[in-house]
Amino acid sequence: MANANGGKAWAADEQEAGREARSDDPHGPSWGGRLIACHECDLLQTAPELDLHQSARCVRCEALLLRNPVDSLERTLALAAAAALLYVLANFNPLVGIEMQGIRVEVTLFGAVQALWGDGMQAVAGLVFATVILFPVLELTMLMALLIQVRLGRRGRAFPLLFRLVRSLRPWGMIEVLLLGMLVSLVKLSHLSSVILGVAFWAIAALIIVLAAAAQSFNPALLWEARGTGARA
Amino acid sequence: MRPAVTALSLGLLSCHVCGQLARQPIGGGAVRCPRCNVPLHSRRPRSVSTTWALTLASMLLYLPANLLPIMETSSFLGSQQDTILSGVLFLWRSGSWPLAAVVFFASVMVPLLKVIALLHLLLSVQRRSSHRMLQRARLYRLVEFVGRWSMLDIYVIVILAALVRFQGLATVQAGPAALAFGGVVVLTMLAAMSFDPRLIWDAASARVAEGEEGEHG
Repeated sequence: MANANGGKAWAADEQEAGREARSDDPHGPSWGGRLIACHECDLLQTAPELDLHQSARCVRCEALLLRNPVDSLERTLALAAAAALLYVLANFNPLVGIEMQGIRVEVTLFGAVQALWGDGMQAVAGLVFATVILFPVLELTMLMALLIQVRLGRRGRAFPLLFRLVRSLRPWGMIEVLLLGMLVSLVKLSHLSSVILGVAFWAIAALIIVLAAAAQSFNPALLWEARGTGARA
Repeated sequence: MRPAVTALSLGLLSCHVCGQLARQPIGGGAVRCPRCNVPLHSRRPRSVSTTWALTLASMLLYLPANLLPIMETSSFLGSQQDTILSGVLFLWRSGSWPLAAVVFFASVMVPLLKVIALLHLLLSVQRRSSHRMLQRARLYRLVEFVGRWSMLDIYVIVILAALVRFQGLATVQAGPAALAFGGVVVLTMLAAMSFDPRLIWDAASARVAEGEEGEHG
């Protein structure tokens, strides 16, 4: 509850500290009864008690307010680690290739960005590099850093900053759009050459499934609530 | 109809990072979240004007993005320049009409519909309309969700340009429209992010407060 920079705010919910200590019950932390404001319409409402797998939406604008996935912390961490592994595969293997008149051309993700850069399209190359390589890597590593800190029960000073970065990077990672783009370009090429799907192509296909599962099991509220989770074996 | 009790109406600020509620100090002034120390605002500052600026900029870029060639193909048969639309036509004629539909939807329709949706949200918020608020909230969520899929055509060009480099046989290069198109996607995404959906619902609180005595008392 440190409040730096002389801000005059204080917690509106005086029972805050008491609630946080309750986070070691088997159903995860409890938000039931706490006052929350909807982030999309600002309506104040009382958070319902959620069972596992349940989620709560705003009564007025239907925005998703709370979720309670099973074993959120452990599952998200495991899936993020799997995603990191797949990401290494995706970046160091050929994505797709074509064969034309006996000549075979294969391309990696970074190779495609380099080719674009070399053709004088630096800005577009930069955009592609950021959206399919840089941002997803940053988001994944920072998410793992957050989850590990919560798991260990020790949150560093950069914790809120990391969380903000993870959230603001999320819409800018576009690997699933890249996969669809690869499919479209391969269909365009399929009538004039034979098409080879590389290891990285399949790694990205698997990555999308793993990332979707990680997003499903991720519970952002847990990052701020679960203080006792790390101590529980 | 009872007035909706919002955080704003009770002088509370909710943290956009961690959701913590904090009280607005009596004298006003800058507030930071007591839990995560981020600066708090009851509404995103300058939301409407920022969204307007980004939306208008993306409308301007939409023209070169669609009129200039996005892909230049040269082969022993000669060279050819394709715009986004002629690329869609090529897919359609070569028989892959499901893909033609996907590319047409992602590259032409989505950016257009996004801009129209943003204009609708901006104008209705500025008129303080309390009409169909739930539909507009859903529209906003749709705009936020669908925006990134417009990058599809950029990735198609990138893969084609990287693969098709058989000197003398065939080469594919990205055209100037690729930059403009990337700009459209980035600007519309930023516009959607800078719009504060709570503004849609603020009209309801204002309307109820005004008409409280007139309607039912």
